[in-house]
Amino acid sequence: MQWEVVIGLETHTQLKTKSKIFSGASTAFGAEPNTQACEVSIALPGVLPVLNKEAVKCAIKFALAVDAEIAPRSIFARKNYFYPDLPKGYQISQYELPVVSKGTLRIQVADYEKTINITRAHLEEDAGKSLHETHEGMSGIDLNRAGTPLLEIVTEPDMRSAAEAVAYAKKLHELVQWIGICDGNMQEGSFRCDVNVSVRPKGTEKLGTRREIKNLNSFKYMQQAIEFETQWQIETLEDGGTIHQATVLFNPDTGETRAMRSKEEANDYRYFPDPDLLPLVITDKEIEIARSEMPELPEEMKTRFERSYHLSPYDAASLTSSRSVADYFLTTVDGCGGEPKLAANWVMGSVAAKLNEEGKSIGDSPVSPLQLAGLLKRIIDNTLSSKMAKEVFDGMWSGEGDADSIIEKRGLKQVTDIGAIEAIIDEVLAANAPMVGEWKAGKEKAFNALVGQAMKASKGKANPTQVNEILKKKLSAS
Amino acid sequence: MSLSSSDVKRIAHLARIEVSDEEVEETLKKLSGILGLIEQMQAVDTTGIAPMSHSQEVNQRLREDVVTKTNQRELFQSLAPSVEDGLYLVPKVIE
Repeated sequence: MQWEVVIGLETHTQLKTKSKIFSGASTAFGAEPNTQACEVSIALPGVLPVLNKEAVKCAIKFALAVDAEIAPRSIFARKNYFYPDLPKGYQISQYELPVVSKGTLRIQVADYEKTINITRAHLEEDAGKSLHETHEGMSGIDLNRAGTPLLEIVTEPDMRSAAEAVAYAKKLHELVQWIGICDGNMQEGSFRCDVNVSVRPKGTEKLGTRREIKNLNSFKYMQQAIEFETQWQIETLEDGGTIHQATVLFNPDTGETRAMRSKEEANDYRYFPDPDLLPLVITDKEIEIARSEMPELPEEMKTRFERSYHLSPYDAASLTSSRSVADYFLTTVDGCGGEPKLAANWVMGSVAAKLNEEGKSIGDSPVSPLQLAGLLKRIIDNTLSSKMAKEVFDGMWSGEGDADSIIEKRGLKQVTDIGAIEAIIDEVLAANAPMVGEWKAGKEKAFNALVGQAMKASKGKANPTQVNEILKKKLSAS
Repeated sequence: MSLSSSDVKRIAHLARIEVSDEEVEETLKKLSGILGLIEQMQAVDTTGIAPMSHSQEVNQRLREDVVTKTNQRELFQSLAPSVEDGLYLVPKVIE
């Protein structure tokens, strides 16, 4: 039988606010335990939550970025469950009326595009952290993270392969960073994915029973976990077994997914509206303010690159794959006086190759976009041939300074003076009479050999285009 | 809606409250009384009335995103039964 996998994602994105969602405690990562856990974070009796304006603005920005609906009125609910790193005994979340609903995100998978529907996105607070290994017979609780604002983004079960799920997660990861609502740091848990996986016979409509893979914080693990889980479910069904709804964890060491200790009772969160919080009302004016602060979105920028810069769709897509790459490219274009095609070739060519080789991201490039622009200027004004430019670029990469100082130091000025080039070619022609004879006898290769001789005679500094032209003229005239 | 004693035990477990067998009967009576009140209210015809999530017709006020809280760990932890290395210690929650 042919099987089809059905995947939906729930992603917790930590919002980039200075303070927590319901209190004025700091959200900075890595502080000493409980030094950022105020009376609201630790749930002392009698404290009240007060909603953070910026967290709401982040939700609005996300809605605008995925073309979603923004609820003019949404409410907060209590999700009740018992765990020590949730000292109130409930998490403040949104249930029936989330702030964002019905958005879409377009993804690119290998050779096709697909639209993923976003069911909803709601504001909620993060829990604290439990440390089980540090104290004998006890669990240690750090409540610094308790109350950090989260936007939980939920998709429809629209994905049909691990590749699609990973493509969606990557796209979302770039988008939330692009619009500045999340720092995207997966090691620090700023972007965590829960993946719902089920399988069904291909061609059928009814969804199979799903299992939820919790807390994946790397795309590589996500791919492996989904592939393993899919295979496991298919094999279980083919062996005559049944799938039970469960929460599973991925073990990176074994590459396997495994059900968490099945609880005696299913979770019963007993949601109800939180009486401590009033309905959240979002006005058109607030939406317009958020809109005015939005950067140009990747899709818009891609279209602009194609139309105004005449870049290919592929180039435009690569250069808008992340905000940092796009910023690097745009700064380079501005800095070199606007040669987008040349800048694109260098950013995606030499810069990308070097970064790849050294496993660096563009933010760590030793050649800044303005330095690269300095180099491109010398290509544009014909000081450097492309071969010389490569040499200068390598020098810049290894920290020898900017383009002009390297050109100066190494005497790398391209010769573009016609008289000087003619003189060189005259010498070459005189010294290579046999080659000239071959060319006259119809051997095209001899022409290239003569160009090579002229370039060599100029120590590589003659402008190759001019050498070609002048040589052709002189040969035809002789 | 009638409540059984096993419902009471389940609710108590979800809230991690220990309720002895004797207490179950007493609690069942009290909870059933509350549910009776709700049943009375549900008899009112509410067609066309939007459910309200709060008793006051006002909207949520928002606060500016500013850090206003300082570290008061020492004070707060003086209330806790067990602390170590800055952590609150609780009975181990996983086996």
